Amino acid sequence: MGDPVFWHRLQFGFTASFHYIFPQLTMGLALLIAVFKYLGLRTGEAVYNDAARFWIRVFGINFAMGVVTGIPLEFQFGTNWARFSSYSGGVIGQTLAMEGMFAFFLESSFLGLLIWGEKKISPRLHFIAALALFVGSWLSGYFIIATNAFMQHPVGYTLGPDGTLQIASFWRFLLNPWAIVQYLHNMMGAVVTGAFVMAAVGAFWTLKGLHQPVARLSLKAGVIAGLLGSLLVAFPTGDLQGKLVAKHQPVALAAMEGRFESGPYAELNLIGQPNVPEGKIDNPIRLPGLLSFIAYGSFSAEVKGLNDFPRDQWPTSIELLYYGFHIMVGLGTFFILLMGLSSLQLWRRKLEQTRILLWVLAFAFPFPFIANTAGWMTAELGRQPWLIYGLMRTSEGTSHLVHGGQTVFTLIGFAGIYFVLGVLYLYLMIREVAHGPASHGVAH
Amino acid sequence: MVELWFWLVSVMVAIYAVMDGFDFGAGIHHLTAAKTNEERRTILAAIGPLWDGNEVWLLAGGGAMFLAFPRVLAAGFSGFYLAFFMVVWALILRGIAIEFRSHVQDGIWRSFWDGTFGFASTLLPVLLGAALGNVIRGVPLDGTGYFNIPLFTHFGTANPVGVLDWYTVLVGVFALVTLALHGALFLAWKTEGPVHDRVARRALPLWIAVIGIWIVATLATRAVNPGLFAGFAKAPLAWFFLLVYLAGLALAFWGLRKGRWLLAFLGSGAFILGLLAATAASVFPVMLGSTLDPKFSLTAYNSSVGAHGLRTGLVWWFIGFPIVLGYFALLFHIHRGKAKAAAEGEGY
Ligand code: HDD
Ligand code: HEM
Ligand code: HEM
Repeated sequence: MGDPVFWHRLQFGFTASFHYIFPQLTMGLALLIAVFKYLGLRTGEAVYNDAARFWIRVFGINFAMGVVTGIPLEFQFGTNWARFSSYSGGVIGQTLAMEGMFAFFLESSFLGLLIWGEKKISPRLHFIAALALFVGSWLSGYFIIATNAFMQHPVGYTLGPDGTLQIASFWRFLLNPWAIVQYLHNMMGAVVTGAFVMAAVGAFWTLKGLHQPVARLSLKAGVIAGLLGSLLVAFPTGDLQGKLVAKHQPVALAAMEGRFESGPYAELNLIGQPNVPEGKIDNPIRLPGLLSFIAYGSFSAEVKGLNDFPRDQWPTSIELLYYGFHIMVGLGTFFILLMGLSSLQLWRRKLEQTRILLWVLAFAFPFPFIANTAGWMTAELGRQPWLIYGLMRTSEGTSHLVHGGQTVFTLIGFAGIYFVLGVLYLYLMIREVAHGPASHGVAH
Repeated sequence: MVELWFWLVSVMVAIYAVMDGFDFGAGIHHLTAAKTNEERRTILAAIGPLWDGNEVWLLAGGGAMFLAFPRVLAAGFSGFYLAFFMVVWALILRGIAIEFRSHVQDGIWRSFWDGTFGFASTLLPVLLGAALGNVIRGVPLDGTGYFNIPLFTHFGTANPVGVLDWYTVLVGVFALVTLALHGALFLAWKTEGPVHDRVARRALPLWIAVIGIWIVATLATRAVNPGLFAGFAKAPLAWFFLLVYLAGLALAFWGLRKGRWLLAFLGSGAFILGLLAATAASVFPVMLGSTLDPKFSLTAYNSSVGAHGLRTGLVWWFIGFPIVLGYFALLFHIHRGKAKAAAEGEGY
């Protein structure tokens, strides 16, 4: 069945992308829910708890999806990337094992309390459950991103006598600068998703004149968190990510920008299609000097182009990488504009009357999901052809005894199961939004 | 240090079997021991708040193996490729069924998820038991330290082997019956009313079936892997765990006769834990034996990571483990007493 490596990559990329739909929302919502529960405790106003109850129900559905789609990923390290696991387990085994011990147990223990426990336990304990879920999910994000950061920028390891990677400095590995920057950027991306979804539901209910005052609170919280998240995702975190890539993965940067020739005053492409065979960008609209500035902090800095790197180090799919990066950055700019405008109207107390803005907010919620997925595509495609940057090539990391046919079979299996799960998930989500914040008790 | 990690991994896997085992067990009885919606929601109320935490033992045990013995994890997971994806898919269906079932108050919706839950919970013990059977029988590891076997070949235990043969299926059935007993005792402890009465009636026949299949499986194991028993005789720990599991069996019997369901449940838990630990003690240090040549076997010694990694892991492991026990104590404390179906629209 063709090249098995391709199928392994496709399967992992597909299942990881599907998984990440859910955690980005739960991690963003967890923060906002904890804030609501805190305000509810502090002010004693019912609206905070009413809103929290609704968002906790949404959280629960997404959490369940996150759990069941996360397990296949953990398995696939062994099933599909056996040589990679064998080679790097001496290092990344640490974070993967810590994630279970310190994050997943915490989340799973308090989940039931958060979702079903409100009537059984005191408000203070219910707030603590919300806090535990927030801490657990954000911790789990850190451990997995530290794992990924090692693949992007390996530090803290040595080569063992048997040729496998061994941990040399636990703290250098855990506090990998790449992990810290990637984590902050990624978590802000999750806040953007949570905020957009919250704002969308609030805007939708407001448009229909339903469910005040929970609608108003959701709209307001979503817009404020959306603005903060969108600003932070671009600056400083996105900017820092870019600088790290420029420093440690210059060939990935060149591909992300579709830059073939080296030189100073490197321009930033706003629009244009990379034409890899001819080594240029078609129909570009560009801003001179800006890429140099973003990457190195000076307009005149020299930025290398792809032609300066040997072909076998070029990322394997330059086009996808280029589009992924541009979609993320383009959407990021749009988010700042949209949430900036909405915040302005909110501040002027006119947001609820600006119906056109409410319409946009109500239907903009898919875009953060797209931006996050595009961002991961950028990171993961930019890492190619390396599985662990500079240490192991992607083609060397697969389970070499698994035939392409087996992988195609399991990929089709996942496609089927995830399609069904996706449909059911959308059905349940639409139901929740249609039902609104009232409790689901028999009296409806 | 290597020995310690071998035991940490084994114990975590055994805890997984005991903990998620009662979820599977509850699922095995779900369709037949609970007839009405209310009764089925009682079963789900009993395991609903616990199943995800129980499942994390699998991830934590797998993580520990990744940390300490990545070569074993890599060889095993890729070698059982198709079988492991069956496990993954069944785990997906099981989890989603528990979480989604009660969201919609509709008969067809609920019956669909009840069926899915029962099916996945019945399939999983068979598959996981068969995996254990494969580990005991051995796999065709070659000099490169990898293998890949089909789902089945000729159903015999000689090369070329498949995941399913008469022996591994037998172990799978043994796991199914054992967890059916374990789940019945759990439900008898945690529920009252019709569900309790039905599973309580099943406990004794299941206990007898466990004894019967256990004897057959032990004789079969002797035939398939004679070395295991030689290892057993030489391992003092194995004798200790033999006592644990015999005591567990006895306690389960006594508890189910007297209606002391918690004790009976603890007994079946001790049985499972003791059986797995005794097996681990007997095979030590082999983690994946080769059917081609014993020198290709993956042992704790030839597949562990370096000492620094093991030591580092140990430090945080001993910080994390007590915390996790604390969570579970809290969880069982909050959900103490008999499980009851919550009002419609709330709870599982
Ligand atoms: C809402 C989502 C979102 C938005 C609006 C942005 N990003 Fe992003 N970005 C992510 C979500 C994300 C992400 C999903 O979190 C990624 C993927 C991997 C990672 O660590 O973060 C990412 C990766 C990522 C990378 C790749 C790192 C690598 O190759 O390893 C760079 C250079 C940037 N981002 C830079 C930016 C800039 C300059 C933005 C300007 C607005 C921006 N991102 C907006
Ligand atoms: C959840 C967000 C993530 C998404 C959407 C994502 C996406 C992808 C995609 C699209 C690929 C295929 C790349 C290619 O074929 O060129 C891939 C590969 C891979 N990713 Fe990720 N990824 C995510 C997170 C992670 C994390 C956190 C890790 C590590 C812990 C990881 C490990 C891998 C591995 C091992 C591969 C296969 C090897 C390769 O193609 O380089 N991914 N991922
Ligand atoms: C490709 C690598 C990944 C693997 C192997 C993985 C593994 C898992 C597993 C096994 C679970 C279920 C835990 C349980 O049973 O409670 C899970 C859930 C979760 N994962 Fe991932 N994951 C990956 C990528 C990511 C990324 C990139 C993030 C975010 C930064 C993330 C964040 C979460 C969170 C917050 C949960 C909790 C469930 C939820 O909120 O939906 N994961 N993951």
